[in-house]
Amino acid sequence: MAILDKHKILETNATLLLIFSFLVVTIGGLVQITPLFYLENTIEKVEGMRPYTPLEMAGRDIYIREGCYTCHSQMIRPMRDEVERYGHYSLAAESMYDHPHQWGSKRTGPDLARVGGRYSDQWQVDHLRDPQSVVPESVMPKYGFLEHRKIDGKYIGDVMAANALVGTPYTDEMLENAQADFRAQADPDSDYDGLLERYGDKVNVRNFDGQPELTEADALVAYLQMLGTLVDFSTFTPDASR
Amino acid sequence: MSKTPDKQPGDPNTTGHSWDGIEEFDNPMPRWWLWTFYATIIWAVIYTILYPAWPLVHSATAGVLGWSSRELVQQDMIAFEEANAPWNVKLVETPLDDVAKDAELQQYAVNAGGAVFRTWCAQCHGSGAQGAPGFPNLLDDAWLWGGTLEDIETTVAYGIRNEESDDARYSEMPAFGEILEHDEITQVVQYVMSLTNAQTDDAAAQAGKVVFEDNCASCHGEDGKGDVTQGAPNLTDAIWLFGGSEEALTETVTNSRFGVMPAWENRLTDAQVRAVSAYVHQLGGGQ
Repeated sequence: MAILDKHKILETNATLLLIFSFLVVTIGGLVQITPLFYLENTIEKVEGMRPYTPLEMAGRDIYIREGCYTCHSQMIRPMRDEVERYGHYSLAAESMYDHPHQWGSKRTGPDLARVGGRYSDQWQVDHLRDPQSVVPESVMPKYGFLEHRKIDGKYIGDVMAANALVGTPYTDEMLENAQADFRAQADPDSDYDGLLERYGDKVNVRNFDGQPELTEADALVAYLQMLGTLVDFSTFTPDASR
Repeated sequence: MSKTPDKQPGDPNTTGHSWDGIEEFDNPMPRWWLWTFYATIIWAVIYTILYPAWPLVHSATAGVLGWSSRELVQQDMIAFEEANAPWNVKLVETPLDDVAKDAELQQYAVNAGGAVFRTWCAQCHGSGAQGAPGFPNLLDDAWLWGGTLEDIETTVAYGIRNEESDDARYSEMPAFGEILEHDEITQVVQYVMSLTNAQTDDAAAQAGKVVFEDNCASCHGEDGKGDVTQGAPNLTDAIWLFGGSEEALTETVTNSRFGVMPAWENRLTDAQVRAVSAYVHQLGGGQ
């Protein structure tokens, strides 16, 4: 057979075989990935999504640094048991400013996609310090050291600029005021009008960890208390074709 | 060098490859394997016709079956909602105090409420409702904001000292570190400890009584028995939310406490709020 004879050319030439293997994988990858960039129903049009505030962004970095994602997913799947336990299934739009996203299916701990507002700040702080003090059955390690590590948001503007580079719509104003907004969110006595103006009235402004200093616990709790609370589900109708 | 075996009559052809004199028979694929392979190809084609698959210009093909994960979960939710609807409607429409009079309805409320509790409440109040430091035990007779069914339902629906609900229960103990002298704090702590016979310094406790009457009695009462209308705890029952040691009480008086409970009216349905209230009420401490 002629075609098999031609195949022999590939099989006996390692470099050619490598090039053609790459070609095959590339075509497969393009077919699977490219449509996600232009299909209109990939990311739902929802109201309420906004980029992370500087403090939340810092909290997200701590979340990733501490490897929280190895035990906690942020992706509620469209199944009844998950929806009953965690709330409305996650939408692609809810991860659109995540670089990288925090999806997953391995859950040593519960899904955190909608943990925001579910517990009080005090619970979050107590639980990070000593998870077993509030949930005796928990196998989570202790993260009390976060309360003792002060942060000043010195580089948070750079982090946001990097995110802007890959598509998060941070305005110049947001980037310029990054450090001020960073401090304002954890200090209810400060002038935080600018923060609310830039990120919306729903932003939580509280002393999250209850200490006078701004610490990593403040940032992480600010991030956790926002998770899953942005999208306004009263104005969202799911597209049934997915 | 071993000798290459001679080709026997009846052997299949070789592939023509030869490695150090070793040749390979060109046998056909096993039939079962080949047909399985063809079947998987046909299956793949059928699958992409039946289910959402090929990306087109605006969206992907929906598939002949019209399968949708979102629609499935929606149907699933509605099916269970409808199955429970008669009970849920009855639960919401029955006057609160009459729920327990209907044994079947009460059984439904307690079971449904138990499920709600284990999903949404257990993280703070404990899987057995035993509470944790800073998060009240719901098994005992001590209630910060009242232990009647109605009180419990109000607390569950609107929460305590949160920012989400305008109807949240609210009160704020002042941080007396900014109001009282250090000695006065020591004295009032001794006095509060004396209410449960735990004080260590009689003279200080005596002096603390005056401090208590001037500063604390307006909320906690002259006798220190508290006031459920403003969430002021009873200080005489030896039940401590944040600890009853000298150290913990000094911290409470100096910096005050500000326990927050989220509002559940927007996360849970009315029936769920009522069910979990019924569950908590029958745990042992309900009034």
